[in-house]
Amino acid sequence: MKRNSIGRELPDGYRPYGEEHPAAASQRIAMKPTPTAPIFLTSLSDVFSALELRDGMTFSFHHHLRDGDFVANLVMAEADRRGLRDLTIAPSSLFPCHKPLVPLIERGVITGIVTNYMNGPVADAVSAGKLQKPAIMDTHGGRARAIEAGDLSIDVAFLAVPTVDRRGNGTGRVGKSACGVLGYADPDLHYAKKVVFVTDEIVERVDHPDLDGNFVDYVVLIPSIGDRAGIVSGTTRITREPVGLKIARDAAALIDAAGLLKEGFSMQTGAGGTSLAVVADIRRIMVERGLHARFASGGITAQYVEMLEAGLVGSLRDVQDFDLDAVASLTRNPQHEAITAAQYGSPDFRPAPVVAGLDFVVLGATEIDLDFNVNVTTDSEGRIIGGSGGHADTAHGAKVSVVVTNLVKARLPIVMEKVTCVTTPGSDVDVLVTERGIAVNPKRADLLDRLRGSGLNVVPIRALMELAHTITGVPVRPRPSGRIVALVRYRDGSILDVVSSK
Amino acid sequence: MKIGSAGTLESNDALVTVQEGVGIVVSIDSIVDAFFHDRIEAEVRGELARMKKQNVHVTIQDKGALDFTLRARVRTAIERMEGSQ
Repeated sequence: MKRNSIGRELPDGYRPYGEEHPAAASQRIAMKPTPTAPIFLTSLSDVFSALELRDGMTFSFHHHLRDGDFVANLVMAEADRRGLRDLTIAPSSLFPCHKPLVPLIERGVITGIVTNYMNGPVADAVSAGKLQKPAIMDTHGGRARAIEAGDLSIDVAFLAVPTVDRRGNGTGRVGKSACGVLGYADPDLHYAKKVVFVTDEIVERVDHPDLDGNFVDYVVLIPSIGDRAGIVSGTTRITREPVGLKIARDAAALIDAAGLLKEGFSMQTGAGGTSLAVVADIRRIMVERGLHARFASGGITAQYVEMLEAGLVGSLRDVQDFDLDAVASLTRNPQHEAITAAQYGSPDFRPAPVVAGLDFVVLGATEIDLDFNVNVTTDSEGRIIGGSGGHADTAHGAKVSVVVTNLVKARLPIVMEKVTCVTTPGSDVDVLVTERGIAVNPKRADLLDRLRGSGLNVVPIRALMELAHTITGVPVRPRPSGRIVALVRYRDGSILDVVSSK
Repeated sequence: MKIGSAGTLESNDALVTVQEGVGIVVSIDSIVDAFFHDRIEAEVRGELARMKKQNVHVTIQDKGALDFTLRARVRTAIERMEGSQ
């Protein structure tokens, strides 16, 4: 065991966070188009017969159908029928709909998982120690980097594609299962050894292909790749809760006081109720002052589509769609641009990923500690409930990263001595906004200067923790002592932290 | 058998049920059990002591109630059990 630069204990054999990025890691493995046109098949069984599949292989998936995805479950059920074992799955995220994978984990069909986010029964099974190997939790940008650098080698990418044409070109913009942008499928398309498009709609010609048919080996037509209603997962409405609204108002005031609302600014915010309320406040300020944003990036919601169509935002740089309004906007708004996972957040993307051009990002937290480390991977008992997604990518890239959270949630203080698990290192987190006060990372002396005289209640982060303790009492913090069930991998491939079972 | 209850299962509240029994028995089902079990039990026992109750069984279904909420719910449940309110 050794410790990384933020004091987290890691097993041997991994590069600790804070150690130099070895030059080899930024090399690219060669990619080349497939020599022949894709072969069209009509069942997953036929695809499995055509591919030479072996135990121990890695299959990848994307999560653009979110909690409505059918493809990962169907493919892995076929793998099980074929008697394959010891497989690693590399989906960009896993949702509650992936519950049918749990028995496959328990029976050793699936023994490894590499993903950016997991929530639901699969996350519970991993937390309970049922997966044989530790899961690897990447960031959205880090997954693209890992695939392109060969750290994550994919034998077969099974990509859900809502519409495919006769040449194998694919798009998510149209089709009965249209889910919009397919940005997270892009590294898999270009770097997996074999690529299978799984679709439920084949047309003569796709006008604006997002996925290039020249890299596809097989196209398989099945009755349905997913349930579109599942795309809209989580909160997509502005919070009406007074504490959330107070936090949002203070966050918008802070962003303004920090001088970030200037003509041509850029931003990213999440799809949570408080984040949506922050955007509503920023929009009000923009209208009052006649300001325009150059772009907004990330997961796109109806709120940003409205701002684009109202002329308040110049363009949307969209890596995934969080609701069906965003999906529909793609086909009617030319300034609604699809971007790839690498373009969005990979640290190796040249000249620079979109996240590096952000003026500010508004992010959530399950926990945040006195060093400003943020946890969105586990709950306070150490169970996996999420993962970075783009959290660590945008926190690093944006000029100012703002975390918004209630100071106390269901009696638990959210500000604490040390977070249960580090998802985003404190060096990338600049400001914490709670309903009881705002804390600025001491390394951002420039921000502290700007906020002096702003009237905002800026206090040391320790004062927020102590205030929380006067409300809730000091919680006992149990330390999980079981085996390591997951590794949290930073976007550069180094290890930030581990998750242990109880 | 006299029974009383107070509170709700809303977030940050607790549903407290009390009934007459032999000695004091406290059973706790809390979403923050791992962090506050002992503190919740101490608050409940403290309130019973203040009310000079020595023979009551208490069931707490806690959704993250703060200490003053727990004390108030226990007190009201006891008063309801005794039919004093």
